[in-house]
Amino acid sequence: MTEPQIARRFAPGDAVAVRMDTVRDPVGGHYRTPHYIRGKRGVVSQALGSYPNPELKAYGGDGLPRQPLYRVLFDQSDLWGSRYTGPAGDRLEIEIYDHWLEPA
Amino acid sequence: MTEEQKSQKGVHDIGGEPSEQAIDRSEHRLSDWELKTDVLMKLMQEKRHIVVDENRRMIESLPKDMYEGLVYYERWAESIERLLIEKGMLTRAEIEAKVTELDARYEPEHP
Repeated sequence: MTEPQIARRFAPGDAVAVRMDTVRDPVGGHYRTPHYIRGKRGVVSQALGSYPNPELKAYGGDGLPRQPLYRVLFDQSDLWGSRYTGPAGDRLEIEIYDHWLEPA
Repeated sequence: MTEEQKSQKGVHDIGGEPSEQAIDRSEHRLSDWELKTDVLMKLMQEKRHIVVDENRRMIESLPKDMYEGLVYYERWAESIERLLIEKGMLTRAEIEAKVTELDARYEPEHP
């Protein structure tokens, strides 16, 4: 039997923004999206398939429906502002689940 | 970011925070207790008592002072204990009693 999964919303090249929080946040504890990336805009580089949601599995759930996972690119200078002193074109690539993203 | 959102930030979520402290990149040979703690977690996963995401959630929920005061596998050991209690598989009293018993007969192999 195929496990239920959320339809993939984004494709490589799509502009996305990371949510500040999700409906799970009030529970606290476990999340897979670090704070330094929240509210930032990036570009999807790769769709990695769908996986049981680890933020639900962390509380004993089965993590279903499966959440699409993406690799997303962010400009380092967008993340760190004036604190960033590395090469101008340097980017961060990070894996983010679908429910943390919105179209940008 | 509002104060409320900052307060939800986990103790582990320190990416991007300024620090004067240099990162310690040195490796060390794992002690027996560290290897055993790793094996214990592997067994718990194999027997489907604990999933890795629960371990992460419990470690990230430890009080800040405790989290920062413990080394890597001490956090795992603390987390395993708390998860087994949460799941009703062991009680705090049972664990304490066993620790007392083991302490009494413990003889270091390499004093």
